[in-house]
Amino acid sequence: MSAPTNQADQVTTPGPDEQWRGVAAEDVTELDAVVGARLQKRSRVLLASLVRPRLWTALLALALVVTENLVVLAGPLMIAITIDTGIPNAIDGDTAVLAWCVGGYLAAGLGGAALRFAFLKVSGRFGQDVLLDLRQRVFGHAQRLSLSFHEDYTSGKVISRLTSDIDSLHDLLEDGLDGLLTAVLSVFGIAVMLLVLDLPLGLLVLTGLIPVVLVTRWFYLRSRYAYRNTRGAIAKIIVQFVETMNGMRAVQAFRRESRNESILAGFNDEFRGANKRALDVMATFTMTVRLVGNLSLALVLAIGAVRVVQGGLELGVLTAFTLYLRRFYDPLDELAMFANSYTSAIAALEKISGVLEERPTVVDPASPVALPPAKTGRAVTFDGVEFRYSTGGPVVLPRFDLAVPAGQTVALVGATGAGKSTIAKLVARFYDPPSGRVALSGVDLRSVADAELRRAVVMVTQENFLFAGSVADNIALGRPGASRAEIEAAAEAVGADEFIRALPGGYDTDVRKRGGRLSAGQRQLVAFARAFLADPAVLVLDEATSSLDVPTERAVQRALESVLADRTALIIAHRLSTVLIADRVLVVEGGRIVEDGSPAELVEHPAGGRFAALHRTWLESLA
Amino acid sequence: MKNDTIDSHQPARNTNLDALRRLSPYLKPVRGRMIGSAVAVLASMMCGLLIPLVIQRILDGPVATGDTSALGWMVAAVGVLGAAEALLFFTRRRLISGPSTRAEAELRKDLYHHLQRLPIAFHDRWQSGQLLSRAVSDLSTLRRFIAFALIFLVVNSLTLVIGLGVLFLLDPMLGLISTLCAAPLILISTLYESRYAVLARRSQDQNGDLATTVEESVLGIRVLKAFGRGPHLAARFAEQARELRRTELRKVHVVGLLWGAIIVLPEIAIGGQLLYGTFGIANGTMTVGTLVAAVAVATYLRWPTDSIGWLLAETNQAATAAMRYWEVRDAEITITDPPVPRRLPATARGHLRFENVRFAHPGSDTEILRGVTLDVRPGETVALVGATGSGKTTLTALVPRLVDVTGGRVTVDGVDVRDLELGQLRRVVATAFEEPVLFSASVRENVALGGTEVDEDDVRQALRVAAAEDFVDALPWGLDTRIGEQGLSLSGGQRQRLALARAVVGRPSVLVLDDPLSALDVHTEAEVEHALRSVLRDVTALVVAHRPSTVQLADRVAMLSGGRITAVGTHSDLLAGNAEYRALLSTDDDARSEVVA
Ligand SMILES: Nc1ncnc2c1ncn2[C@@H]1O[C@H](COP(=O)(O)OP(=O)(O)OP(=O)(O)O)[C@@H](O)[C@H]1O
Ligand SMILES: Nc1ncnc2c1ncn2[C@@H]1O[C@H](COP(=O)(O)OP(=O)(O)OP(=O)(O)O)[C@@H](O)[C@H]1O
Ligand SMILES: [Mg+2]
Ligand SMILES: [Mg+2]
Repeated sequence: MSAPTNQADQVTTPGPDEQWRGVAAEDVTELDAVVGARLQKRSRVLLASLVRPRLWTALLALALVVTENLVVLAGPLMIAITIDTGIPNAIDGDTAVLAWCVGGYLAAGLGGAALRFAFLKVSGRFGQDVLLDLRQRVFGHAQRLSLSFHEDYTSGKVISRLTSDIDSLHDLLEDGLDGLLTAVLSVFGIAVMLLVLDLPLGLLVLTGLIPVVLVTRWFYLRSRYAYRNTRGAIAKIIVQFVETMNGMRAVQAFRRESRNESILAGFNDEFRGANKRALDVMATFTMTVRLVGNLSLALVLAIGAVRVVQGGLELGVLTAFTLYLRRFYDPLDELAMFANSYTSAIAALEKISGVLEERPTVVDPASPVALPPAKTGRAVTFDGVEFRYSTGGPVVLPRFDLAVPAGQTVALVGATGAGKSTIAKLVARFYDPPSGRVALSGVDLRSVADAELRRAVVMVTQENFLFAGSVADNIALGRPGASRAEIEAAAEAVGADEFIRALPGGYDTDVRKRGGRLSAGQRQLVAFARAFLADPAVLVLDEATSSLDVPTERAVQRALESVLADRTALIIAHRLSTVLIADRVLVVEGGRIVEDGSPAELVEHPAGGRFAALHRTWLESLA
Repeated sequence: MKNDTIDSHQPARNTNLDALRRLSPYLKPVRGRMIGSAVAVLASMMCGLLIPLVIQRILDGPVATGDTSALGWMVAAVGVLGAAEALLFFTRRRLISGPSTRAEAELRKDLYHHLQRLPIAFHDRWQSGQLLSRAVSDLSTLRRFIAFALIFLVVNSLTLVIGLGVLFLLDPMLGLISTLCAAPLILISTLYESRYAVLARRSQDQNGDLATTVEESVLGIRVLKAFGRGPHLAARFAEQARELRRTELRKVHVVGLLWGAIIVLPEIAIGGQLLYGTFGIANGTMTVGTLVAAVAVATYLRWPTDSIGWLLAETNQAATAAMRYWEVRDAEITITDPPVPRRLPATARGHLRFENVRFAHPGSDTEILRGVTLDVRPGETVALVGATGSGKTTLTALVPRLVDVTGGRVTVDGVDVRDLELGQLRRVVATAFEEPVLFSASVRENVALGGTEVDEDDVRQALRVAAAEDFVDALPWGLDTRIGEQGLSLSGGQRQRLALARAVVGRPSVLVLDDPLSALDVHTEAEVEHALRSVLRDVTALVVAHRPSTVQLADRVAMLSGGRITAVGTHSDLLAGNAEYRALLSTDDDARSEVVA
C-alpha cells in the first residue's frame, strides 16, 4: 500500500546515501549532483563487475580491433608511397614498389575484413555473455527479493528492467563498444601518424580536439538527462501495458478504454519528448565535430599547399594528410554513437543496479540450523510476535503467542481483514516479524535454510496462480521431478483427476495464461493437487476451497482428513463445513486471537462466543 | 508457452517488405520532414564528394604549378563545403527526430487502442510478454529504422550511384573498376537476407517469451515463494535466455560474414584504381590530381558501401518488427458495435433473457452451453448454480459481450445485446468477476474505473453497499490510497468487496455477479447481502452462487447442468423437488452432524 503520489513516503529521514538506496531514486527526474554521481558510480560498478569475469575475451576483442585498425591504417600510407615513389619509379620502368604497394593495399583490405569478422564474433560473444549474466542476476535477484518489495514495485517495472533496460545495454555492447574501440584507436593511431608525417601540421590538427572535448562534455550531460527520462517513461508505459493486458476483462466491461488511452498518451508523450531531446542533442554534437574536422582540413590544405610549393613538404605527405584527416573525423562520429549508447545504457544500468541493490527483507540464513528430524508433522510456535506490513504502518497483528503442536489441524476463522492470511503468511515466512519469532520444530524460521523450509512448509495462497503450460507441469511445481503417476495420484486424491482427463489433451492440456483455460474451481483443484504432491510436514491452506461447489468441496475435505491425520495444518476458511474437521479453532479479530478451542467446545460456548455466533449464522443459512 | 499464432510464421521476403510498406500512413503526415531530411543527407554527401574534387584542383593547380594566387578561394571553397556539410548533418538529425519519435508514439497508441478492443478470447491466448515486446522493443526498432536506416538506405544507394558517376567522369576506367566491385553486393545481400530474417524473427519471439516468463515470475511470486520454486523458474528463465543468446550469436555470425565480404570490395576497387592510375600517369594519360581525387572519392564511397550490410540488417530487423506488429493489429476485433445500433426502450429496466443460447470456445468443438433459456424479469434476482466447470462464468460473460454467443441470443429489454452499442450495453450491464481484477491505482480509481460520470458520493455509496467503506477509511490515505498490483496489499475479502463496489457504482440496470461473496466471512456476507438487497430491489441481477447463503439473495434459482438450465424455482422448492440440486447445494452432510452430535 502506498501514498497516492509516486513518491515513496519518507517516514524517517536517513542519510543522503541511504535515502537513494535501491530503487528509491527511480521516479525522481531532478537529482542533485551528489546523488547523481552516486547513482552513476553504482552503474559503472555494475558494468565493471559484468566485464571483469570475461576480461580476457574483452582483451582479445581489443587486440583484434587494434590489429584491424593498424592494418587498415596502412592503407593511406601505401597510397602515399605509391604516389611519392611508386609512380615516379613506374614511369622510369621500375614497377617493384608499385606492385608491393598495391599488393600491400589489397592484403591490408583482406586482412582488415578477416579481422573484422573475427572481432565481431569475439565481441558478440562477449556482449551476449554479459547480457546473459546480467539477465540471470536480475532475474534471480528479483526472485529472492521479498514480497513486500514486489507489492510496491509492480511486475511491469521488473519486466522493463529485464527487457527494455537490458536492450539498452545490448545496444551499447553491440554497436557502441565497436564504435568506441575503433574510434579511439583510429583517432589515436591517426594522430600519431599525422605527427610523424609532419609535426607542425599534426599539432595544428590536434588543437582541433579541444572544442571537440568541450562539446563532448556538454553532450554527455544533456543526453544523460534525456536518457534518464526515457528509461523512466518507458517503464511507465510497460507498467500501464501489463496492467491493462492482465485486467482486460475489467477494462472492457467497465469501459476503461478511453481513460487508459489518455494515461498511455501521457507516458507516450513523455517518452517521445525525451527521445527527441536525446536525438536533438546528438544533432548539435555531430555538427560541431564535423565542423571542426572540415575546417581543420581547409586549414591543412592552405598551409600544406603553400609549403609544398615552397618545397618544405612532399606532395605525398599532403595527400596522405588529407586522406587521414577524413578518416580522423569519421570515427569521431562513431564516438558520438558510442557516447549515445553509453549514456542510454548507464541510465538503464542505474535502474537495474537499483533493483540489484535492494536487499531482501526476508533473508536466507548464512549459517542455517538444520531442522530436527520429524516423522510427519512439525510444531509451529509464535513467541511474542508483533507484525506490521511496513514500518510506520498500522499494527496488523498485536503481540501474541501461539503454539501449535505437531500433527494438529488448526482452523483460523474471523472477519475479513482480521489478519488470518497474515498469520498464515508468517508461518510460510513470506515476511519476518519485526519483533518476536516464529519457530518450526523449535527452530526460528530465520535460521532455517530456505530450501529446507519450503520442503517442510507449503502454503496454498488465497490468490492461486497457474503458469501457462500443461496441467501436469502446474501440478509438478509442487515437486519438480515427480513422475506422471505421482502427479496423477495427487490429482486423483483431491478429486481433480476426473475433469483433467476430460480435457482435450488430458494432463498435457495447456492451461493458457494464468490458467484461463480452466474454470475458477478447476484452477483451485489444480493448486490443491500441487500442494498435495509437495507432501509437506506443515500444510497451510488459505481459502483453498472457496470457489468449489459443495460436493467437490466435500470430496476435497475427505481427502484432507486422511492427509492431515498426522500432519500439522493451518486452515483458513469461511465455510464452516471446512472448519469443523479441525482439531482446534482459533477465532481472529482485529489481529488478536480471541477464542481458542476445539470446534465442539466453542460451539457450546456458554456465554455465546463468537464462534458459536458464526456457527449459528451458518446453520441458519443452510436452512 | 505455446502460441500457435506465432509459431506458424515463415518470414517471407515479400510479406516482410509489405509490412514495412504498410507503415507509410504513419509517415505521411511527416512526409515533408522526411524528404527534407533525405535531401539534407544527400546534400551533405554531395558536399563530402565535392571536397575531394576541390582538393584535386588544389593539388593539380596551385601545388603543381606553384602559382598560389587561386589557392585562397579554393581553400575557402573547402571550408564552405565543410561547414555546409556539418550544417546539413545537423539539419538532417533535427528534421528526423520529430517524425521518427512521433511515428513510434502513434504506432504504440494505435496498438494499445486495438488491443483494448480485441476480444477476451484473444487475450486469453496471447501472453502479455509477447504483446509487450511488440509495443516496446519492436517499436523502438522501427523508430531507429525510420530515423536512420530508411533514409540512409535511400541516400547511400544514391550516393553510390552518384559517386560512381563522378568516377566515370574522372576516368571511365576508374568508374568501371568501382562498378565491377560494387556489383557482387547485390548477390551477397540476397544470399544473406533470408537467413538473417529467420534469425531476426526468432530472436524477437524469444525476447517476447522471456518477457512472459519475467511477468509470470513476478505475478506468481507468492506461489513460487510458497513452494520455494524461485530457483526452478530461474533455471527455466536461464535456459530461455541461453537460447536467445544462441540466436543472437548466430545473427552476429551472419552479419560478420556479410560485413567482411562487403568491406573487402571497396578495397579491391581502390587497389585496382591505384594500379590503373599509376600506369595512366606513367603513360601521361592521367594526372596525379585525378588519381588522388579518384582514390578520395572511392574512399568516400567506402561508408555507403560498407553500410549496406548494416542497413540490410536493420531493414530486416525492422521488417520483422513490423510484421510482428501487424500480426496483432490485424487480429480481428470480433466484438464490435453493430452497423446500425438499436436503442434501449426508455421505459423498461433491464429485462434479461437468454434464448436458446449456445456457446463453444473458438477452436474447440465441444459446446459448453447447449441451448440455455432463462428469463430474468426486471428487478428480479436469479441465482445461477451449477457444478464446478459447468459453464456459469461463461454464461455471465455473454451479457456484457466479453464473448459472443455462437448460437441463440441474449437480450436486454428485448434487444439483442449484439444490436446495442457496446458502450451503452456496458453502461447498462455491470459485472463482478469471480476473481477481483484490481489495478495498482487509488481505491477511487479502482471503483470508478471507466465511469467518468462517477463522483465521490457515488463511490462512497457503492463502498457502503459492499460493506467496504470502513476498511477503506482506515487505509492510510483513505480513498486515495494506492493499492498494490492486483490489489495484493489488501486481504482477499477486501479485494472482493472493492470489485463488488465497482459493479454497483454506475447504477446499472443489470447486475451480473459471479460468486461475489466467496471470500467473505459469514457476518460480512450477511452485511453485504443486506445492503445488496436494497440495491437489488430495483435492479435485475444474475448471481452465480455456490453456497446456500448466497442463493438466499435470490428470488429464484436456476440450475445449470450439461450446458442447459435444467431447473428453475425457489431454493426451498428445488431442495425439496430436485435431487441434483439437493446434491449440489444441501450441506446436511457428515461434518455438520459430527459437531451437532
Ligand atoms: N501486503 C500487505 N500490505 C499492507 N497491508 C496488508 C497487506 N496484506 C494485508 N494487509 C492488511 O492487513 C490486514 C489483514 O489482512 P489479512 O489478509 O491477514 O486478512 P484476512 O483475515 O486474511 O482477511 P480475508 O478473510 O479477507 O482474506 C488487512 O487490513 C489488510 O488490508
Ligand atoms: N478457452 C477455453 N477453451 C475451451 N474450454 C474452456 C475454455 N475456457 C474454459 N473452458 C472450459 O469451459 C468450462 C466452463 O468454464 P466456466 O469457467 O464457465 O465454469 P464455471 O461454471 O464458472 O465453474 P466454476 O464454478 O469453477 O467457476 C470448463 O470446463 C472449462 O474447462
Ligand atoms: Mg485472507
Ligand atoms: Mg466460474
